[in-house]
Amino acid sequence: MSSVRVLVGTHKGAFVLTSDGKRKDWNVSGPFFAGWEIYHMKGSQADPNRIYVSQTSGWFGQLIQRSDDGGKTWHQPGIPAGEAAPPAWPPAPSNKFAYDVTPETGKPLTTHQWYDGTQHPWEFKRVWHLEPSFTDPETVYAGVEDAALFCSTDGGENWQELSGLRGHGTGPQWQPGAGGMGLHTILLDPTNPKRIYIAISAAGAFRTDDGGATWKPINRGLRSPYIPDPDAEIGHCVHHVAMHRARPDVLFMQKHWDVMRSDDAGENWREVSGNLPTDFGFAIDVHAHEPETLYVVPIKSDSEHFPIEGKLRVYRSRTGGNEWEALAKGLPEKDCYVNVLRDAMAVDTLDQCGVYFGTTGGQVYASADAGDNWAPIVRDLPAVLSVEVQTLN
Amino acid sequence: MESGLNPAESARAAQVRVALPYHLRNLARVDGDVLLAVAAPVTLRAVLDVLEARYPMLRGTIRDYDTGQRRAFLRFFACTEDWSLASPDTELPEAVATGKEPLLILGAIAGG
Repeated sequence: MSSVRVLVGTHKGAFVLTSDGKRKDWNVSGPFFAGWEIYHMKGSQADPNRIYVSQTSGWFGQLIQRSDDGGKTWHQPGIPAGEAAPPAWPPAPSNKFAYDVTPETGKPLTTHQWYDGTQHPWEFKRVWHLEPSFTDPETVYAGVEDAALFCSTDGGENWQELSGLRGHGTGPQWQPGAGGMGLHTILLDPTNPKRIYIAISAAGAFRTDDGGATWKPINRGLRSPYIPDPDAEIGHCVHHVAMHRARPDVLFMQKHWDVMRSDDAGENWREVSGNLPTDFGFAIDVHAHEPETLYVVPIKSDSEHFPIEGKLRVYRSRTGGNEWEALAKGLPEKDCYVNVLRDAMAVDTLDQCGVYFGTTGGQVYASADAGDNWAPIVRDLPAVLSVEVQTLN
Repeated sequence: MESGLNPAESARAAQVRVALPYHLRNLARVDGDVLLAVAAPVTLRAVLDVLEARYPMLRGTIRDYDTGQRRAFLRFFACTEDWSLASPDTELPEAVATGKEPLLILGAIAGG
């Protein structure tokens, strides 16, 4: 019997929502790490019991947590789980994200553009996104603020920066979005372990074809009238990028404004916003079995981060973009002024694809029929920062 | 009390009491104040070094990993005085060094 496990990161802790394949009755466990911001949590496809968590706080900084038993117990990598404190634990550098400036592998720690146009030193602040390897549960990537990509090959105990990205020649032109200069999207190519896509607010999207040694901006076709050069190579506020595993060269992007599509691994983009009522938004995802079926949640504008007319609606395209339909059954039809953040939408891989998203109002909605009908799993969590789904067999 | 000190050092070491904020107590898996054997001179740096050695899950949560600087929203208090801006190599008051008074580590009240 298949089941699903929904991993929810919120402003005040983590929650694990579980159900059988019917996805009708749910069990809610948590909060884990109560009071901490959980930017992201994601399970390994190579070992579903392995779950990585980004736990952060303005007071106490960054921590990484890990579960090896599907979310029943948690520990910081390198520190044994359990109640008692052994007398001589090894050091726990699992929360040490040091930019690599070594002569052998690193890049000089340059500066990036600040809000006022001056240059500002790179400073680590938090981990926005954790992306486990498809094949090795010990390997996981971390996208951090200030924007950089790190990798651990020992289950999160030690982290090494893939400094070719930060050291890209355009680095001094990168600038923070309103929420900071975060590397928020990491897409691993399931057919090519050397290829990784990432996206940064507000630098744009980048791709490596050599496992992270070198990177190229992939922003041709993006147009952002709010930056000095609307067609610039970098500087675009990419909110999220999604792909279908069966077609890793086809990418879909929710940009600050515009929903975009690339059919050539990001080399060229074209707009597919079509009949969306607004093409501003954060989340975007692809149906598990239909590579041309997309989901977005239109948000009124960058000035008003809530749904149009107070009606929360997911929009679905079955044509790879341009033609969109509103999905509203079971969603609030009035007085709804929440937002859906970039990492707060996910799909399961059951035969009837399930779609999930969380809101800044603390609701997590699920559809067990690809978006036709929706129901809340929970309504009153803290503001939801991220939603990921594990399909368990 | 495990301190990382050898027996001779432990005999000379002071028992320093540290009061952690709620979230760090949870992280360290302790219920109340922690007692640390700290060799003289008992400075803020010495206490934090022993604290992080004894509870490595706290590394990076009080002081920045690389710079060793106090995290911006944490404060240190000893005998009702704010030591947050003092040199970390200044000796703490005797009452703290002898465990009569705790070294308080507090999260700043921030956020409105």
